[in-house]
This record gives sequence, C-alpha cells and structure tokens, in this order.
Amino acid sequence: MSAFAITFYMGSALMLIFAIMSVTSRKLLRAAIYLLFVLIGVAVFYLVSDYMFLAAVQIVVYMGGIVVLIIFSILLTSHLGEKLQVVKPVTFVIAALVSLIGAGIALSVISAHTFNPVAADGPETTVAVIGTQLLSYGKYGYVLPFEVISILLLAAMVAAIAIAKREKKPES
Amino acid sequence: MIEDIPLSHILIVSTLIFFIGVYGFMTRKNMISMLISVELVLNAVNINFVAINRYLYPERLEGHFFTLFVIGIAAAEAAVAIAIFINLYRNIRSIDVDEVTEMKY
Repeated sequence: MSAFAITFYMGSALMLIFAIMSVTSRKLLRAAIYLLFVLIGVAVFYLVSDYMFLAAVQIVVYMGGIVVLIIFSILLTSHLGEKLQVVKPVTFVIAALVSLIGAGIALSVISAHTFNPVAADGPETTVAVIGTQLLSYGKYGYVLPFEVISILLLAAMVAAIAIAKREKKPES
Repeated sequence: MIEDIPLSHILIVSTLIFFIGVYGFMTRKNMISMLISVELVLNAVNINFVAINRYLYPERLEGHFFTLFVIGIAAAEAAVAIAIFINLYRNIRSIDVDEVTEMKY
C-alpha cells in the first residue's frame, strides 16, 4: 500500500467523522466549522484527481462564499452558546433506519458492479481547455448551460435582495 | 496518485457522506443546520461526478462541468435560502421548522 493510499484512507475517515459531527453537534457554529472541514477534504480530492480549476472553484465558492454566508446567518439568528433542540426519539430511529437502509442498498449495488477504469491519456484539464469547451457551441460544448446559469444567478441575486429587504412600515 | 485507489472505495465514501446528509436533514429542526445537511448531500454527488469522470471517461470533461454547474446552483440556493431565513427570523423570531406554520397556506 503506497503512502498516497494510506493518506487517502485516513483523509476519507477524517471526512466521514467530520460529516457525522456536523450533523450531530448540538452547537450550530461548530456544525458549520465541521462542514468547512468536510469541504476542504472534498477540495483536496479534486486536487489529487488533477482537476485544479475545480478545486479552486470549490475553495472560492464554498469556503469563501457559502460557509461565510452560513456563519453570518448563524450569528444573526441565534444566541451564542445556544444549544439546538433535539427531535423526538422516534424521529431519530426513523431517520437512522432510512439512512442505513439507503446506504445498504447503494453499497450493495456498488459492490456488485465491476468498473473498468481506463488509463488517463486525455487532454490536460488546464483553464484554457476548460474555458474553450465551456464557451463552445459545437459538440460537447456547454455554452447553453453557461448562459442559463448566468440568468439563474442574476435571478437569485435579485430574489435574495427582494426577500431580505425590510418592508417599509405604513405610517409608523 | 489517484489511480492507486479503486473507484468503488471513492463511491463508498461519497455514499456514506450522502446518507449522513440525509440523516441530518431528517433529524434537525433548525433550518440552517438543514441547509448544512443539504450541502453535504450536494458534495457527495459532486465527488461521484468527478470520480466517475476521472476513472471511466478521462478524455472528456462532462463530470467536471456538471460539478461546476452544481457548485454554482448550490451558491444561488444558499443565498436565497439565507435571505428567507433572515426574513423569517425578523418576523417570527425563530427559524425552527415547527414554528413556521404561517407559510403553510
């Protein structure tokens, strides 16, 4: 077993532990920080898969955007040291049962299927290749989803401003 | 490098993260922690896209682009969700799903 494999399995175990802690921690701010560690693990996975641009996007958008937004809203909507309330025990049992059954089915399907990996001899995933393919309108081009997602982001931005805006009091 | 690891092991890790996210979504009452669980689920899916793209079709970039779009949509979704949470907190002083009954009808 190579040093890389040992590092990979230890990192995966750490990611799973942090994922479990982020859904079971009673303190909301800690849950957000555990989520941050899981996202760093995912970014490192992209990095070792030779997708450098994707790792950079993951770090910038998730860690720089979403986690900061989540921490902001936690600080705005809850008091420090406040503990989350727990749900009824029957809900715990149902949720654990659903997750375990689902994971069992998915894992049995994965273990029954044999994959045939091919050696990587394709194009380098440099930013030039990614940009050309993202904006090409030929075969395997992605210009239509690119434009659609730009409209979606604009709509989401306007919607977020419109929803979060404080409404004017009529005749205060 | 990554070729030393069998593809099924990566899929096992992503499956476990996915169902941890599902468990968190079902057991939490606070909306922000439900959002955190959804982010876990989305990241598990992204790991699957990238791993299958890297192992089975390394000459293409389909999984790469889908992951990019999923990340973009997740950012939009988080922004709108947090705007809704802040507006709710301003109106009813709570963001627990049990308290939000006036959005029902």
